[in-house]
Amino acid sequence: MTSSEVDAVRSRLPGAKRPERSRRVDVGGIEVSVVEWGREEDQPVALAHGGFDFAGTWDLFAPLLADAGFRVVAWDQRGHGDSDAAALYTWEADIRDAAYVIDSLKTKDPIPVLGHSKGGGMMNQLAEVLPHRVRAVINLDGIPNKRGFNTQIDRSDTRALEAELSGWLDHRRRAGHISRRADTIDGLAERRQLMNPRLSMDWLRYLVTVGAKQDSEGWRWKIDPTLRFGPSGAWRPEWAIPRLRGLRVPYLGVIGTVKEEMGWGTTPEEAFPILPDGAEFHALADTGHFVHIERPGDIAALVADFLRRVL
Amino acid sequence: MKTVFLDHVRSKLALHELRGGDGQPLLILHGLGEQSPSAVPISLEQWAGPVFALDFTGHGQSSVPLAGGYTCEALMSDADAVLAELGPLTLVGYGLGGYVGLLLFGSRPKEINGLIIADGPGLDGGGDKPTSPQLLHVKATDLDGSTPDPWALAELASDVRPRDYAADHVRQIETLAGLDVAIVVGSLGRPAWLSEIMTSPVVTDGDVGVGLSTFNRS
Repeated sequence: MTSSEVDAVRSRLPGAKRPERSRRVDVGGIEVSVVEWGREEDQPVALAHGGFDFAGTWDLFAPLLADAGFRVVAWDQRGHGDSDAAALYTWEADIRDAAYVIDSLKTKDPIPVLGHSKGGGMMNQLAEVLPHRVRAVINLDGIPNKRGFNTQIDRSDTRALEAELSGWLDHRRRAGHISRRADTIDGLAERRQLMNPRLSMDWLRYLVTVGAKQDSEGWRWKIDPTLRFGPSGAWRPEWAIPRLRGLRVPYLGVIGTVKEEMGWGTTPEEAFPILPDGAEFHALADTGHFVHIERPGDIAALVADFLRRVL
Repeated sequence: MKTVFLDHVRSKLALHELRGGDGQPLLILHGLGEQSPSAVPISLEQWAGPVFALDFTGHGQSSVPLAGGYTCEALMSDADAVLAELGPLTLVGYGLGGYVGLLLFGSRPKEINGLIIADGPGLDGGGDKPTSPQLLHVKATDLDGSTPDPWALAELASDVRPRDYAADHVRQIETLAGLDVAIVVGSLGRPAWLSEIMTSPVVTDGDVGVGLSTFNRS
C-alpha cells in the first residue's frame, strides 16, 4: 500500500472528509456499509447515492451538512462500495435495504432523506411506501421524466434492442468469472471521467482512493463486477410521476440544467409540474448531474436552510 | 436422471437430463415455487429429442441467494446459461416459466426453435400495471436456505408484466427468428402479457401436444 500516494491524492482536496464513524447493517442475509458524519445527537439525515456511485461520493457535501448541525448517515447500496455483493439486484431490494439502514438508527421519529439520481428516485418511493418514517425528501437531480434515462434506447429499433438484450445476457454468461480491471489511480480516474466529464481529475483521483482497492496488479473499483447498466426491463419511468406528485412531505427538488450521460435529463419545465404541492425547486444554471459534487457548498446551504425551515 | 450444476453469475443451477438422446433438446421451465419434474411428464413423452429441466435460482436443487432481489430477467439469464450449455433448443414453460421463456426467446431469437406456454404457478406475476408499491417482508425464520426461497415467491408474484414489454419481445421474435410459428399457447390463463402476444402472427393457440408436434417437425 502506497499510503503516501493516497495521502498526496487526498491532500489536493482539503474539503473532502472521510466519515467519522462506520458500521455494518444486516439487510436480511447480506451486510451493507453505513457511514456517518457529524454529532450522533444531531438530527439524522439519510443520504442515498446514485447508480454506480458509493457513499464516498458524499465526501465533499456530507461534512458541510454535518457542520450545519446534522447527523449525516449514508450507506453503500448492495454491491457498491464497501457493502457486500449480492447474487441478485433490484430496485425494490435497494429500497428494502434503505429501510433497514433507517431502522438501524433506532428512532421512531420520521427522518429527512436525501437522494442523488437513482437514490433520489429511491427516496421518492421510500416516502410513498413508508410515509410514517420519512419527514422530508430532498431530491438531487433524480426527478423522473417520461423519456427515461439519457442513454435509454428506442425499443422499437429491433437491432438496438437485440444488441441490448443479448449484450446483457452475454455479460451474465461471463460475470461470474470476471473482476474489475486493474489500473493506476490516474487510469481509473480517466476512465471514470468519460462518464463524469464535468468533474475534476483531482476529485476523480480522490474517488479512486475511496471507491477502489489496491492489489498486486493495481487499483480496481470495488463495485460488484456482475453489475452492468441495462436492460431497463419492464419498468417505465412514467409510473413514478403520479407517485411523486402524490407525496405529502416537505419536498426540495434540485436539478442541474447541463445534460449529461449519467443523468435523467429532466428539464425544469418537465420537473416542476410533477413535484408535490408546496415543493421547493431549484434549477441550477451551468451545473451538471452531480450537483452536490460540483457545488457542495451551495447545495449544503440550500439543504440546511430547507431542513431548518421544515423540521 | 442425470443432474449437472452450472455456475452462473453467483448461482449454482441444477440442470436435469430427464431423458437423453439425439436431436433437438426440449427444456422444461417450471412455474413459481415449483421444481423440475424427476421424469419426463407423460404430456411431453412424444418429444423426439432429449428432454432437460432447469431449476431456477432459489428453486429445487439450485442455490438460494441471500437477501432476495429476484427478477424475471435474472431467471431468463438462468435459462440462458442452459442455452450456452446445450445450444439451440425448444422451450416449454409452465406459468412463470412461460413468461421467462418469452423473455429469453425475445432476447435470443435466433437460438430458440420454439416456445410452448402452459398453465402453472406464477403465470400472471403482478399484472400489467403497477399497483401501490410496498415493502415486501419475509419472516427471517423462513430463510433457512431451503427451496423455494420465500423471497422468490414474494418478488416474482408481484413483478409488473406490461403489455408493451411482452410486445417488444414478440416483435424481436417475429423479426429475427425466421419462424412461421414460434410460440404455441396452451394455457387457459391469459393474463394481459399473454393476450398481447396472441395478436402476433407467429403466436398460435393450441395445447402442449400441438406445440410438441409443431416444433418436433422444425
